[in-house]
Amino acid sequence: MSTVFIALQANEETRAIIEAIVLDNPEAIVKREPAMVKINAPGRLVVNRETIESIVGRSFDLQEMHIHLITLSGNVDETDDSLTLTWNN
Amino acid sequence: MDTQVTKKKLGLKERYKLLTRDLGWETTFHSREEVFPYVHYEGIKIHDWDKWEDPFRLTMDAYWKYQAEKERKFYAIIDAHAQNNGHLNLTDAHYLTAIKIFLQAITPGEYCAHKGFARVGREFGGVGTQVACQMQSLDEVRHAQTQIHAMSNYNKFYQGFHAFSDQRDRIWYTSVARSFFDDALSSGPFEFMIAIGFSFEYVLTNLLFVPFMSGAAYNGDMATVTFGFSAQSDEARHMTLGLECIKFMLEQDPANLPIVQKWIDKWFWRGLRILALVGTMMDYMLPKRVMSWKEAFDIYGIENGGALFNDLARYGVRAPKGWGDAAAAIDHMSHQLMLGLYQWSFGTAFHGWIPSDDEMEWLSAKYPDSFDKYYRPRWEHIKKLAAAGTPFKNYGLAKLCQTCQLPCVFTEPGDPTLICHREIDYKGEKYHFCSDGCKEIFENEPEKYIQAWLPMPQLFQEPLKGDLGAWMNYVSLVDGQDNGDFDGSQDQINFDKWRGMATSNK
Repeated sequence: MSTVFIALQANEETRAIIEAIVLDNPEAIVKREPAMVKINAPGRLVVNRETIESIVGRSFDLQEMHIHLITLSGNVDETDDSLTLTWNN
Repeated sequence: MDTQVTKKKLGLKERYKLLTRDLGWETTFHSREEVFPYVHYEGIKIHDWDKWEDPFRLTMDAYWKYQAEKERKFYAIIDAHAQNNGHLNLTDAHYLTAIKIFLQAITPGEYCAHKGFARVGREFGGVGTQVACQMQSLDEVRHAQTQIHAMSNYNKFYQGFHAFSDQRDRIWYTSVARSFFDDALSSGPFEFMIAIGFSFEYVLTNLLFVPFMSGAAYNGDMATVTFGFSAQSDEARHMTLGLECIKFMLEQDPANLPIVQKWIDKWFWRGLRILALVGTMMDYMLPKRVMSWKEAFDIYGIENGGALFNDLARYGVRAPKGWGDAAAAIDHMSHQLMLGLYQWSFGTAFHGWIPSDDEMEWLSAKYPDSFDKYYRPRWEHIKKLAAAGTPFKNYGLAKLCQTCQLPCVFTEPGDPTLICHREIDYKGEKYHFCSDGCKEIFENEPEKYIQAWLPMPQLFQEPLKGDLGAWMNYVSLVDGQDNGDFDGSQDQINFDKWRGMATSNK
């Protein structure tokens, strides 16, 4: 199965996002590189708004991620509640 | 949780629909064919433009809000960098060679992408496409501006930053990137999307902005990390747009497949050739390395590109034609080009140097199958010549590939000791190529590539007529200052002196 990934800047804001991704994607592997964090997952990775909100303790608009996003891989599906990356193979 | 979550009245999809709803009116004064004349001539068949939706569904208000926030972050850091002698926190001044190449060759490409997306945003017939292209056009001009701005701080202290726009137009190694963008800009709108959205964004920027920027962070270059990550935060959207465009074309009509496949073959190879420059930056120019160009290519080229092509296989798309040749070239490309850049350093607006023993150890660890066997002996020989006071300099001019415009320094796919050279006759003229990939691209569109501006023939035309001194003026290169060896250069002397002043009371 192909790897999907998302890479975020290593900063204060993304700590909660990364934590949420790890909680919701048990197969995700977190790689910490200089100034950035890359998260790989086999075939599918989901970022859930509610999980992030429960960590940061405030409402969170998933599009805030655009500020910290470095790159991603996979077909993107974004709604108000989640951002999903998938490869169909 | 105590925080009250206010429920939005409209969902993301509804908001996006409302944003775009009234933009797609039916034309009455002129026919649609007259209003959008360019969407047909490439042969791509589209039946329903509404099927193309931007998966990020950014509305204009959200776009402005987040872009403004990115700019504020960016300028806060750039100010801090300038105010705190950020230019002295680099691992070493020869690191700046990579940044000079970036400014001279890559940043002008961002500006070209801006122009291109402004154009195709007008030429495409669908509303989702138009909005996404407009946003990307604005992103790209932001990238050009923030990069120039970030690097302008280095221009106050170091050589080689002062004339990037002249050099973009006129010097030889920048014409590699320039010709890539000229080729894309003179294509139809769908091919442009493959060139930029797929090749430049999906394959190139991942390699350029992700591991290279991480490398800049490692080397203390706060300015570059900042513009790099700020730009890259837009690239996720751009890559997605490129991927959506490919899927859209393939889903609209099965007759589109052979056209799309041909573009994927072409633009993969063109992208790979530009990456030769990025390879030298990663393997040779960062004093402190994060990963080798080969490791980066394995992750972002082979693995990520492979995932994309497996995904697209359901439409009948196969991996690009040059995929196998590319994999074979990865062990050699950066070394072969760097040896070229070193020997032609009289004509580069950056300095050359021989890798240190420490750097060569790193290179042989990262390239166990090629470095010690083919490249270390050459560098050792060059080192001996330099120590004897007879440095290896090549004042001859490189033969350039008619398609990618790189000097023909690369080897045959199966034999790293034999220079790869292809040539063909077309309408009574001879044309030279660095590879089968570049030759095939020419053969598919000869009338386009015979018009290519090549920097070497330019040297022999008016007004230069082969005068090297006049050429240096023409490309705004100050001899003995911007070019030649890093050892003994003003950049080296000043950096060491200023850093000494910054860390002591002398």
